[in-house]
Amino acid sequence: MAIHIIDRRLNPGSKSLENRQRFLRRAKALVQGAVKKSSQDRDIKDVLEGGEISIPLDGMDEPRFRREGGTRDMVLPGNKKFVEGDVLPRSGEGRGRKSAPGEGDSEDAFRFVLSRDEFVDLFLDDLELPDLAKRRLAQTETEGIERAGYATSGSPANISISRTVRLALARRVALRRPRPETIAELEAEIAESEEPRRSELIAELEALKAKANRIPFIDPIDIRYRRFETKPKPVAQAVMFCLMDVSGSMSEHMKDLAKRFYMLLYVFLKKRYRHVEIVFIRHTDRAEEVDEDTFFHGPASGGTLVSSALEAMHEIVRERFRPADWNIYAAQASDGDNSTSDGEVVARLLTDKILPVCQFFAYLEVGDAGGHSFEMPDSSLWSLYERLRGDGAPLSMRKVSDRSEIFPVFHDLFQRRGKSEKAAP
Amino acid sequence: MSELLYHGADWDFVTLQRIHDTCEEVAKSELGLDVYPNQIEVITAEQMLDAYASVGMPLFYKHWSFGKHFAFHEASYRKGLMGLAYEIVINSSPCISYLMEENTATMQTLVIAHAAFGHNHFFKNNYLFKQWTDADGILDYLEFAKSYVAQCEERHGRLAVEHTLDAAHALMSHGIDRYPGKKKLDLREEERRAGQRRAHEEAVFNDLWRTVPSGPAKSKTVLTAERRRRLLGLPQENLLYFLEKTAPRLQPWQRELLRIVRHVAQYFYPQSQTKVMNEGTATYVHYRIMSRLHESGRISDGNFLEFLQSHTNVVFQPEFDDPRFSGFNPYALGFAMMQDIERMVVNPDDEDREWFPEIAGSGDAMGVLRDVWANYRDESFIGQFLSPRLIRQLRLFHLHDDPAERAGILVDAIHNERGYRRIRRELSRQYDVGYIDANIEVVDVDLAGDCRLMLRHTVVKGSQLNETDTKRVLQHLADLWSYDVSLQEIDVHDKVLKEYMLHPRPLAAAA
Repeated sequence: MAIHIIDRRLNPGSKSLENRQRFLRRAKALVQGAVKKSSQDRDIKDVLEGGEISIPLDGMDEPRFRREGGTRDMVLPGNKKFVEGDVLPRSGEGRGRKSAPGEGDSEDAFRFVLSRDEFVDLFLDDLELPDLAKRRLAQTETEGIERAGYATSGSPANISISRTVRLALARRVALRRPRPETIAELEAEIAESEEPRRSELIAELEALKAKANRIPFIDPIDIRYRRFETKPKPVAQAVMFCLMDVSGSMSEHMKDLAKRFYMLLYVFLKKRYRHVEIVFIRHTDRAEEVDEDTFFHGPASGGTLVSSALEAMHEIVRERFRPADWNIYAAQASDGDNSTSDGEVVARLLTDKILPVCQFFAYLEVGDAGGHSFEMPDSSLWSLYERLRGDGAPLSMRKVSDRSEIFPVFHDLFQRRGKSEKAAP
Repeated sequence: MSELLYHGADWDFVTLQRIHDTCEEVAKSELGLDVYPNQIEVITAEQMLDAYASVGMPLFYKHWSFGKHFAFHEASYRKGLMGLAYEIVINSSPCISYLMEENTATMQTLVIAHAAFGHNHFFKNNYLFKQWTDADGILDYLEFAKSYVAQCEERHGRLAVEHTLDAAHALMSHGIDRYPGKKKLDLREEERRAGQRRAHEEAVFNDLWRTVPSGPAKSKTVLTAERRRRLLGLPQENLLYFLEKTAPRLQPWQRELLRIVRHVAQYFYPQSQTKVMNEGTATYVHYRIMSRLHESGRISDGNFLEFLQSHTNVVFQPEFDDPRFSGFNPYALGFAMMQDIERMVVNPDDEDREWFPEIAGSGDAMGVLRDVWANYRDESFIGQFLSPRLIRQLRLFHLHDDPAERAGILVDAIHNERGYRRIRRELSRQYDVGYIDANIEVVDVDLAGDCRLMLRHTVVKGSQLNETDTKRVLQHLADLWSYDVSLQEIDVHDKVLKEYMLHPRPLAAAA
């Protein structure tokens, strides 16, 4: 009888990928809620890790006609001491029950693992990014040097010896260059032979030698260089400064908006740069560098001096992040309050020290939930930045009171790619 | 003394071939098995998970619920909560067995003996499979189903198709013909004629319904209840079949989808009725083959011990008070009964002669077993062949749990002279499909009024339907029917215990 043994291991995997996508699409609202919740609990840097999420089974269940209750008869194995007619007191659950009506059905929450890409996709979806931006974010960049065959010119360090010698050999064979052994044999023969044979041989030897001289062992046309395609290699590391006003006037909603903005910036930077550092600077009337948890949740009180944060950032850049080695991004979130006397200091710091070294400086003015950004009156900080922008300073600024409004801040950033790196709109 | 089939744990395709040929030799000459041609496929763990998600079939139409199951299995597999099966075998011709690449050579031998010969023989010879499944046609039919569903999605939109399939899946357990029809199921034919049959039945069906709302004029064409029910084929317990044939506003493609789901449900129907027998057969076969291979020196002692260890795990039956207990292990019960039958045939004692006069001491164990495998299902198998000796060995007892009885649960029978028959009857009933699924049937359609579809659930032993789930299922049903649907739960004395009434959602019917 014929038997077939088939190796299926090499078949394309993920046959159920499409079913999985259908499932995710169907559970989209739920999964998105879970992702949102999960991203609120996460640190900014973890936003890109996939991970297990759990969604309620509502709407995802597959109902069946199922019976319950009534009198039950069951036969069980392993009787030890019961005799016919015994009555066993009920102790809640624990007696052998009928097998569950199918796995999953009995669970009230459904846990599963999202891959990194799925998680980011859903996270970005939640921010209501336009498709174009999502595609850009999803692009992975190849960078560095690549081998690209051989060239006839190049630097001596890149000579490909094996390729050169091979070509030289081929040329010598093709042109029938006399081999050294042949010449040596001939010379030996000359030493032993007599005239007139001897002079014939000498002539022959001369001819061979002349030919050997005419055909060099290695000719410049044999030489090959390893060729490399150099791709413009961007500075592969970036630092992201998160500046935030934490004075009492900032509500939780405002902080959440700011956090989302920072997350998005982080996602974007992470896609572009191999290594991304984050520096958190919070300020009231004094500024300090803090860790993420303190940044978002630590209590603080005091007045508001924006210049203190800018000063702190400048200090940190000077000490730790040389602009030549680092791409510097800064994002500032505030409700716009600033003491009036501080305005000039801020303007000077920004134009002279901060903006020249930054790739991108975004200012996010956050408003309260339910408000509309266009209803927000110009704050003192806003008017100041507006003026700087009018003077040609490369600032991105937005007023935001709802998370769907966060993305437009990035618009400038994406627009700018491909044009000269530093020019801002 | 012959040579070892393999050394150590490694195997390659030549080894698999050799193992298969050797097993086949034993299976045919010694056990007299009759099998479909074998096709053995080596797959990875991920592919095994894929197969789990699509109910073990190599190809299946796309639906989100399979994705959900996949995500669920994957999560628990990754966390190490769940091991994967060593094999999956498909009732088709050729019979396809999947082997995991991680298995050792011994495991592959075990799996080939178990699936490619044990299950394979059972699929080919058991009367239920012969009656209900078409091993030759199933793969082609699934291929057809897959492309048909894909086409429907293209033509009518993914959502509409999803709605219909959701509804059909909810009714899947009630989309089965329980009594054999006049002709054998032929899935190839099914597929070929799908189109023309659709058109024809549309026509027939429309005529019937056109007479319905014609108001006062119906005095002439009035249908007596009797005649109406007969025309509609009522009462009907195959809900999917009834909807496919008579639901007034379904599109032809929706009917075809219902039909596909119905055929798939029907295909799996014998498997749900023969778990104990099917696994028992396969386990018995692999045990016989492996022992023979070891005796004849084709498997080393070490590898045989490895086999015995997995075999023991497979046939392990925890006792009722063990935390691992979750009902009867079909492998354990089936294997124990097969071995018990072999013992009675070859080496009976007086009790066996009294209880099983037909087979006790008849001498031809394989002949008896092959006959059993061909002609029984779990219910009848246990009802017929569970011996007092095995009842004692497993220490079976019967509990009667009546919620009305405040004192507690009654121990109704134990493994003694008085209890054997009662235990056997009760255990056999646990495997009776008639008891496993709720008995729900279409009883009537209110043709004169609002076209309401009337269902009835006959309540057995006071066990009523779960309310939340039932409402959801009925909602699906109403969406397909596109008029109101009612369900009455009735006990044996015709007393109405509960009534449901659902209206169709406007969107779904418009699909």
